Amino acid sequence: MSVLSFQEVSVRYGAHTVLDDVSLEVAAGQTVGLVGESGCGKSTLARAAVGLAPVTGGRILLDGEPVPTRGRRPVQMVFQDPYSSLDPRMTVGETIAEAMPDRPGRKARQAEVARLLALVHLDAARALDLPGRLSGGQRQRVALARALAARPEVILADEITSALDVSVQGAVLNLIRDMRRDLGLSMLFISHNLAVVRYVADSVAVLHHGRIVEYGPTAQVLGAPRHAYTRQLLAAASPLKEHT
Amino acid sequence: MRPVGVAGFGLLAVVVSVAAFGPVLWGDQATVVDTGNLLAGPSAEHWIGTDNLGRDLFARVLVAARLSILLALAATAISLVLGIILGAAPILVGRRLGRLITSAVNVLVAFPGLLLVLFFAVIFGVGARGAALAVGLAGAPAFARLCHTLVAAVSERDYIAAARIAGVSRLRVLRRHVLPNIAEPLIVNATMAAGGVLLTFAGLSFLGLGVQAPSYDWGKLMQDGLNGIYVHPLAALGPGIAVVLAGLAFNLTGEAFAAAPNRTFSLGGPRDPAGVTAPVPGAILSVDDLRVTIPGPAGPIHAVRGITFTVEPGEAVGVVGESGSGKSVTALAVAGLLEPPVRVEANHLVVAGEDLTAAGAHRRLGTSLAVVFQDPMTSFNPAHRVGPQLAEVSRFHQGMSRKAAFARAVDRLRAVRIGEPERRARQYPFEFSGGMRQRAMIGMGLMGNPRLIIADEPTTALDVTVQRQILELLAEVRRDTGAALLLISHDVSVVTDVCDRVLVMYAGRVVEELPAKDLRTLARHPYTRALVAAVPDLETDLDRPLAVIPGLPVDPTLSPAGCAFAPRCPLADDHCRAVAPELLAGVACHRSGS
Repeated sequence: MSVLSFQEVSVRYGAHTVLDDVSLEVAAGQTVGLVGESGCGKSTLARAAVGLAPVTGGRILLDGEPVPTRGRRPVQMVFQDPYSSLDPRMTVGETIAEAMPDRPGRKARQAEVARLLALVHLDAARALDLPGRLSGGQRQRVALARALAARPEVILADEITSALDVSVQGAVLNLIRDMRRDLGLSMLFISHNLAVVRYVADSVAVLHHGRIVEYGPTAQVLGAPRHAYTRQLLAAASPLKEHT
Repeated sequence: MRPVGVAGFGLLAVVVSVAAFGPVLWGDQATVVDTGNLLAGPSAEHWIGTDNLGRDLFARVLVAARLSILLALAATAISLVLGIILGAAPILVGRRLGRLITSAVNVLVAFPGLLLVLFFAVIFGVGARGAALAVGLAGAPAFARLCHTLVAAVSERDYIAAARIAGVSRLRVLRRHVLPNIAEPLIVNATMAAGGVLLTFAGLSFLGLGVQAPSYDWGKLMQDGLNGIYVHPLAALGPGIAVVLAGLAFNLTGEAFAAAPNRTFSLGGPRDPAGVTAPVPGAILSVDDLRVTIPGPAGPIHAVRGITFTVEPGEAVGVVGESGSGKSVTALAVAGLLEPPVRVEANHLVVAGEDLTAAGAHRRLGTSLAVVFQDPMTSFNPAHRVGPQLAEVSRFHQGMSRKAAFARAVDRLRAVRIGEPERRARQYPFEFSGGMRQRAMIGMGLMGNPRLIIADEPTTALDVTVQRQILELLAEVRRDTGAALLLISHDVSVVTDVCDRVLVMYAGRVVEELPAKDLRTLARHPYTRALVAAVPDLETDLDRPLAVIPGLPVDPTLSPAGCAFAPRCPLADDHCRAVAPELLAGVACHRSGS
């Protein structure tokens, strides 16, 4: 597994600065949580790493080399909305197979699809289904299997549970933890939900108005926050005492 | 299928078979020269007369169908293919060059189509091939524009981004992901365009720029017949009628295609009125056996399957459940916002003393009911300033003057803690942040004297730090006005924070009803317990996997015989699968004791 590092990355659209000098490192086999509210630039950071957002300053390196932004990326992304991230006209198997490197033969392809589906706890028979027949949680698992099919060095998970119902959110989070344990994946896990990040991430970065305001081990950042904004986020995530 | 579709397909079948078999069946008859019958009028032998060589015109109209239709289809195909290539340019050649091509297409679209046709017809020269190319090229910009719009919509989908990240080539993205997803509207439009192209062709041949003798299409026949229009009008009108019929066939078929995806099954007439019951005395909201049915493409969807509950004055009741549980539909039904074809039935549905199942009740309800929706962006009219939108409530319901109502709006914006309310009242909704819009929405509810506030996922679209402020505002409003609150949410923690009592919904039924403070610890229904356990909080044990609910939510078009949760329930037995449990003493479960 590899190290993904953002070095003083800035993204600007005209006069509007989305990311301002962001430096962050996803160490090998580690899960880094990235939290912050909508519009703070969380998703833009991930999109910049795969060439979907233009980097106006700084560098994004994978093991010291610039991350390629053409062809099959060694960094794969899983998107927020599982209803938009799967082509409604392609079967689950076709979707997963498309991301595989080197165009394997039919037999090898089917075996690999079955292996990946098993990895994300889906029945191999699902390979023949269209996404319309799957629930949100199942779709998100297919999206994860597609990302794994490309044999990535690092996975970027962009709010992958926020469009899901609570009953399936848990299953996806368990899967993320299993995969980190079994495959040793490096992952940037983006979420606005502190409880979710706490559950999966080794360390946490807090992004506010395009800048990282706090970074450290999860227990430390959430247990003893130093920045006022982190404390504000934590307060918002804890239950209201006065009305209960 | 609707009559328009039947007529369209029927007509198209006739036109196509005439085009296919016409020259075989009537080819000889159309070339027989009858020197004794030159330029004759209609007779039993020649239905619409003969031409200057005495050939039967009716046979010639039938034979001309093949050439006319083929030319129209060829030109449409040219337009379509060129249009797809030009419209998909941003994907194929990159953003910068793509933008240039799109601009060029936009300029071409501005030219009148007929002008382009004549321009190209002159360039390509007279004759069938030149005309087909001219009509095809002239139609391309319109298709390119349509295609560009469709491609742009699909390009924003994440699956296109995912394919690019996976290294799929541009051509393959276009072929595998884009074209299949835009094919439907393109085919519909091409079918309709074919009708128009047919007409254009007839026009070109009529002007002498199209098909040349000895070949003939409908336009050429019209041109020939024109000389004698005052003597034998049918000679020119006959091919004209053929053009109209074939054009109609294409257009009606296209219409039928376009309408097809929207078909739904009707629910039939209303059922027998259920037994009307009296509302619970003193309750601000009393609902008995509420059932909501929505027509869907695969049969009626039973969104709410009979729920009974009350809300006391000043009380805050939460409704939790996952998507598809019927919680939002319940809110809409209580707010009186569901209209036919959605069917709302209840033994009674009484809000503040008005039975909403009776006609006109909603208007009599006036401002005693306030509603706050999930997305504050769509609940305001973007074209009007915020203040006047709030003021409208008081002008309509309380008959206030414009000035007094506006003053009240400013006062209410202040009450929901919007800074500088006088200035804000004169701003448009887009100048407000999401949290402020939601505050203004609550402010709108406070224009009157609400006795019940229905809030449907009021914080879901907001950031966590803002969510908290909105919940606190709702609690404050309740304290100040004494209004009751019906809060719909998928978020267990939001409901436990704000509410006194919680209804847990699953598959259109209330499965458990309990005090909010007991939700995390004393829930008895297996679904409630699983729902609470599945959500991680800041105290969740990190060493154990999260609880999950196996299986899938119930298909809302089916009506399970037993307990709807039984297929996913670890405690379910045969009795659960056979007999639906009633809501007794706050829980609808046969196994709640175990």
